[in-house]
Amino acid sequence: MRQVIIIGSGPAGYTAAIYAARANFKPLVIASSVEAGGELMNTTEVENFPGFPEGIMGPELMIKMQEQAAKFGAEILMDDVTSVDLTGDVKKVTVGSGETFEALSVIFATGSANRKLGLPSEDRLSGYGVSWCATCDGFFFRQKTIAVVGGGDSAMEEANFLTRFADKVYVIHRKDTLRASKIMQDRALNNPKIEFVWNAAVTEILGDAAVTGVTVTDTVTGEKRDIALEGLFIAIGNDPRTHLIHGQVDLAPEGTIAVHGRSSKTNLTGVFAAGDVVDPTYRQAVTAAASGTVAALDAEHFLQSLPADVLASAV
Amino acid sequence: MSAAPAVTDATFAADVLASDKPVLVDFWAEWCGPCRAVGPILDQILAEHGDKLSIVKLNVDENPQTAAAYQITSIPAMKVFQNGEVVKTVIGAKPKPALEADLAAFIG
Ligand SMILES: Cc1cc2nc3c(=O)[nH]c(=O)nc-3n(C[C@H](O)[C@H](O)[C@H](O)COP(=O)(O)OP(=O)(O)OC[C@H]3O[C@@H](n4cnc5c(N)ncnc54)[C@H](O)[C@@H]3O)c2cc1C
Repeated sequence: MRQVIIIGSGPAGYTAAIYAARANFKPLVIASSVEAGGELMNTTEVENFPGFPEGIMGPELMIKMQEQAAKFGAEILMDDVTSVDLTGDVKKVTVGSGETFEALSVIFATGSANRKLGLPSEDRLSGYGVSWCATCDGFFFRQKTIAVVGGGDSAMEEANFLTRFADKVYVIHRKDTLRASKIMQDRALNNPKIEFVWNAAVTEILGDAAVTGVTVTDTVTGEKRDIALEGLFIAIGNDPRTHLIHGQVDLAPEGTIAVHGRSSKTNLTGVFAAGDVVDPTYRQAVTAAASGTVAALDAEHFLQSLPADVLASAV
Repeated sequence: MSAAPAVTDATFAADVLASDKPVLVDFWAEWCGPCRAVGPILDQILAEHGDKLSIVKLNVDENPQTAAAYQITSIPAMKVFQNGEVVKTVIGAKPKPALEADLAAFIG
C-alpha cells in the first residue's frame, strides 16, 4: 500500500509530487505511457512561467519538473491508468500492464484532452493533413497553404508557429472576436502570412487520401464555401479528462472535477484533484502547478489526520 | 528516442524495401515530443518480437526524400513494409497494448 498515488505528470502532477516527496510521503506518479509531461510537451517556447526570463522550451520545463520530483524520491511509472476504485478507504488504481496499486490517498491531475470538431472526415483524415500538434507536424507543410481552427491562445500560438513553414495560414474562427490574450492576438493579426476567416465554422473536411480543403459555413448568414488547403490544425480547446472517475467523483457543471472552495478536496475523502482537470477558467502551467501544491498539502493534511497504525500500514 | 538502428534516404531501399522480414519504420524527429515517448515502447516490442519483425527509425529532418515519398504529414508515423510495400500504417503515439494490437498480424 502507498500513502499517495498521483495520476498525471503535467505541471499539476509533478508539482504535487515535488511537495509530497519532500514531505516524505514517497508518492507514486503514474505518468502515462506516451503523454508523460502533459500538454507542454507539445509546445515550443513557454514565455510566461516565472523564473525563466529568456523563456524555456515546454519539454525542457517538464523534464526539469520530473527531475525535481524524482530527486526528492517520487517514483515515476510510465504507464496509463485504465481504471480506478476510489470509493473505499483503500484506493485502487489499475494500469495498462494489468498491475493494481493501492493507496490511502489519490491526487487526480489528468489535465484535459483536445476537443474535436466532431466530423467523420476528421477521424478519417487524422494524420493525413488533420493534426492536433503544430510542433510535430508543421514541418511537413513547407510552402503549403494550411489553416488553424480556433480563437484562443493555443490557436494563435500554433498559427504564428506554423508561418515558419507554411506560405499561408488561415485562422478559421466561429466568431468575429478572439478569446486569445492581447499579446497573442496582436502577433497573429500583424503576421502577414496569416489571414483570418471570421464567423466561420468548419463543417466538412475535404479529401480522399489527404486533406485538399475545407467547407466553412458562415455562422451569421449560413452561407457555405470551400477553401483549398493541405493541412488543418485543430485548436478549439480542451475537455477535462474525467472519464476514469465518472460515477465515483462529482463533477462541476462545467465538466471539471468539483472541489470544495479553494481546496483540492473532492466529494470522496482521500481523493484530491488538481490542474486543468479542476479548472474551467485559467488553465495555465503556473496555475496548474499551484493547484498541484494545494493538492499535495491537502493530501498531507489528510494523511496526518489518519490513525498512526493506518498511516504506518502504507509505505 | 528509440534505440533501433537508423535508416536513411541512401539505405532505405536496401535496408527496408529489400528485406525478407517485415520491417517497421519509425518516422521521427528531434522536435517531436510524442516521438520521444513512442521510442522506448518500440524498443520493448523489438526486444520481444525481433525474430518476427525488424524495427528501424528514419529521421524525417535528415531524410526528407523518403518522408515525402511516403507522404508523411504527421509523426510519429510507423509503417510496416513487407516485400517493398506498405502493409500497415500507425499514426500517433500509442500505449504499448494499443500498438501491439495494431501490429498483431506481424508479432502475434
Ligand atoms: C499548444 C499549447 C501551448 C501552451 N502554452 C502555454 C504557455 O505558454 N504557458 C502556460 O502557462 N500554459 C500553456 N499551455 C497550457 C498548459 O499546458 C496547461 O495549462 C497545463 O499543462 C495544465 O497542466 P496539468 O498538469 O493540469 O495537465 P496536463 O499538462 O494536460 O497533464 C495531464 C497529465 O495527465 C496524464 N494523464 C491523463 N490521463 C491519464 C491516465 N489515464 N493515466 C496516466 N496519466 C494520465 C497525461 O498524460 C498528462 O501527463 C499551453 C497548452 C497548449 C495545448
